[in-house]
Formats: sequence, C-alpha cells, structure tokens
Amino acid sequence: MTEFLPLKDAIAKHVADGDCLALEGFTHLIPFAAGHELIRQGRKDLHLARMTPDLVYDQLIGVGAARKLTFSWGGNPGVGSLHRLRDAVENGWPCALEIDEHSHAAMAVGYRAGAARLPFGMLRGYIGTDLPARNPRIRHVTCPYTGENIATVPAVNPDVTILHAQRADRHGNVAIDGIVGAAREAALAAAKLLVTVEQIVDELPPAMNNIVLPAFTVTAVSQVPGGAWPSYAHGHYARDNDFYLRWDAIARDRGGFTAWIDRHVRATRDHRGFLASLREAA
Amino acid sequence: MSEYTRDEMMTVAAARLLRDGQVCFVGIGLPSAACNLARLTHAPELVLIYESGTIGTRPTVLPLSIGDGELAETATCVIPLPDIFSDYLQAGRIDIGFLGAAQIDRFGNLNSTVIGSYDKPKTRLPGAGGATEIAAHARQVFVVMKASPRSFVKKIDFQTSGGHFPGRPQSGARGAGPAVLVTDVGILKPHGESGEFTLSAVYPGIPADEARAAIGWPLAVLPELDTCAPPTAAELEVLRALEARTAAAHREPVRLPL
Repeated sequence: MTEFLPLKDAIAKHVADGDCLALEGFTHLIPFAAGHELIRQGRKDLHLARMTPDLVYDQLIGVGAARKLTFSWGGNPGVGSLHRLRDAVENGWPCALEIDEHSHAAMAVGYRAGAARLPFGMLRGYIGTDLPARNPRIRHVTCPYTGENIATVPAVNPDVTILHAQRADRHGNVAIDGIVGAAREAALAAAKLLVTVEQIVDELPPAMNNIVLPAFTVTAVSQVPGGAWPSYAHGHYARDNDFYLRWDAIARDRGGFTAWIDRHVRATRDHRGFLASLREAA
Repeated sequence: MSEYTRDEMMTVAAARLLRDGQVCFVGIGLPSAACNLARLTHAPELVLIYESGTIGTRPTVLPLSIGDGELAETATCVIPLPDIFSDYLQAGRIDIGFLGAAQIDRFGNLNSTVIGSYDKPKTRLPGAGGATEIAAHARQVFVVMKASPRSFVKKIDFQTSGGHFPGRPQSGARGAGPAVLVTDVGILKPHGESGEFTLSAVYPGIPADEARAAIGWPLAVLPELDTCAPPTAAELEVLRALEARTAAAHREPVRLPL
C-alpha cells in the first residue's frame, strides 16, 4: 500500500544517513523540495546518484551531505559550472567527495540494469575515451555469441529514488507527462520510491502509453505544489531560467551559498515557507 | 551586403553543412541555433533530436536548457532518455552529432572533463554527458568551437571523446568521427591518413594568419583555400528573428509556483 505522507515525514521515515539516493528528473521535474528537506533534516554520508547533478545536488554537496557522487554531466545547464561541486572536487570543501563518473549512455544502462535487477548494464560505449582508465567500475565483457568486446557498468540500485511528478491518484498510481529522462528506470531500480506531486486526483487522465508508475511500485506520495521549482512541471509552471542564472552568483562563494541555504532552506519549515522566503527576498 | 558578427558567420557556416532530411543530435548553444536556422531555411525536414528525449522537435524559440518544455511541446514524440542513447544513437540512427568542448587537439579528440590532472584537477569541467557516445556512433560529427590557443592545444589534459584517434576503425565506433571543425576564424577538415585538422576554408576578411594565431598547434593549411560566402540577407533575417524571439521568450518573468 502506498503511504500518503507529508514530505517531512516521508523523508524522516524512509531516508537514512549513508543511503544511496537518486533524485532523478532530466531538467524537468527535479525534486528540489525533497532535496531541501534532506538538508533541513541534516542527512549525511549520502551516496548521491543522478545523471545531471544540477542545482539540487550542488546544494546537497555544498552543505556536506554527500560522501560520493555517481553522475554523468555536472554543469549548470545553459549557464556553466556547479560551483559547490567544483569546490568539493577541487578543494575537498566542505568535505571530500568520491567521484564515480560515467557518460549519459552508460548511466542510463546502469539504471536499466538496476530496474531489471541485473548485475550490470552493457553498451557499445566508452570508445576512444580516458574514462575507463580513471573509473575501475567501468569494465568489459566478451559477448558469448559474437566475441565482441562490450563495455559494462554496474547496475545502479539506489536505496531510495525520489521523483517529482504532476499527479498521483488516491491509490498511489503516479503519472508523469513531458520529458521523463531516466525517471522510470531510476524509480524501478530503487528499493524504495518516494514521489512528490503537484496534485492528488480522484482519477488519472487516460494514458495508454504515458509513463505511469503503478501504486505497487510507489512507497510514498507527498503532495508538494511547486516542488520542482526552479526546474519545471510541464502544464503547471515553467523552468525558472533566471534563477539558474542567479544560482551562478549565489553558489560561487562559500559564504554566500551558506547564507542562502540558512535563510531559505534551514530557516523555513517546508517548501511553502521556502518559496515564500524567496518571494520576500525578491 | 549587410554587416554581420563572427558568431553569425559561424552559425550560418554550420547551418549550411546540414542537408535536408538528416537526423541531428543537437546540443545547446550555437549548434542549436545552427540546426534551427537550417530547418527554417534550406532544410525544412531536418530531424532534430535533443538528448532529453525529444525527437523531431521544431521549437519556435531556442531552448536555454536541453530539456526546456518548448522542445517537448513541438516534438514528434518524447521518449525516455535511455532509449535515445541505446536505441537511436548506439543503434546507428543518427546522421550528424554536434559537439563542442573545453579543449580539442589536432585530431579532433575532445576534453570536457578536467583541466589539470583527473585526481587533482585545476578546473573540474562538467564531464562527458552524451559526448563520448555521440563521438563514437553518430555517422559524422561536426565540432563547433571558438578558436583560442588555450582551447586548441597540442595535448588535451583528458580525452573525454574520441576524434581520429589511433585504432578508431577497429574500435567498435560506428561513426566516421569528426568531419568538420567550424571555428570563428575558419573551417577545418581532417586531412590525410592521420585525420589531422587542416584549415580548408576562411571567412571573408579573416586571413589564414588569424587562424594560425588562434590555434595552439602548428596549423596545416590547404594550398587552395576556399572562402565561405558571407551570410545572405535571408539567412541573417531568419537567424536574427529566431534570436529575437528567443530573447523575448526568456525575458518573460516566471512566477514562483506559490
């Protein structure tokens, strides 16, 4: 049975220090409210997996919540660097961060393998690149049929995957519209799946071929309107490109970053309070 | 002839390389502008794929991120990202892949991972993203980068994506590698057996010496250099209208979802 919980309770009950977490959503539907709640509750020693760490992991890394990062592209999309990620890798601030670095194609098959409970994913990939020399988890197998040498990556099986979606019904079925990235694979790869949603509805719209996560795969649903901001929820609100640009200045400096997190995340009770504090500051 | 900027010349030069009906794997920035310019001028059936999962997208404004809602709303279909990489790129369905990087060497090997050493980087860059497998499997790769001695180097600090590296034909890469390097100081193409990038065309008013100065390896220059035609009035009109629409769309304030 899917649980319906306030986000605060869902994180408190289902996420432990030291867990491997995947907060997925490719540019679209990034679960920022859940990321902030992890910071408020002081989760630490996390192994964070995400194809594009984005601002949500820049924030978790900047507060020192992560010990390890599995990723494939760590920039601020359309803007430049993730300064907190860079500071952790280049200077070990605020703590050392172990890097498990892949390409998008490889991380995608890692999630696919995880969802299927296979030990590894394979691809014709990592050709002409130094990455396998720097990441011992990238290996190769010989195809038993053709003899071809195929690259492999270990399955990604998070303890908890957290997604944001447009809506869930009262049974806990979750529907996602628009760009889905690797959300479906990351969801099914995890031991537990937490989903924040814009709306809880009596009945989902007919969606024969849309992405739906059936209730029996969903551990808990929390209604958090605006929970993907500053990324977006198609049909609800647009990506706040201006905030992505502003983040560059906020995160560039350790003090400025910490002050922003203290004021808008740690000093607010929940996501509503977070958004209200930003409106006051504007 | 109207005045134009070097960025506009570069964008137009990249757009002209595309043929109608080709399937392109597009990145953000100049490649996105070039592909959409081509689609709005000589190549209306160009198929644009962005790695976020949008296939056949026809955006009216250029996206700021690779997953803007505009790309999904104007697409033929939107599919999961793992399918894009496995079933489209790896399966050999992409004609042209666009790439850029922080560093490039004379064989078109690209670095978007680190400046300095991997374990103790001076500058940590975003990393591979889709680039490593685009470089391997797109039938052809078009590299678009502004030239400077810091980025066009004798030796890249890290090889994120392979160009014409030794053993490429036996490596399992499906594609032929980088076919052209469009810069702001001219167009380079691979030459000879090694596939070394060689200046093959210049832009009006930009002499080959300027390319030599901007490129950090001893630049080979074809004996008979082409000169690109300047952007036409029609190309400039379409490009500037696209960029004006984009700027206006990105100026619209987003309300906090509260």
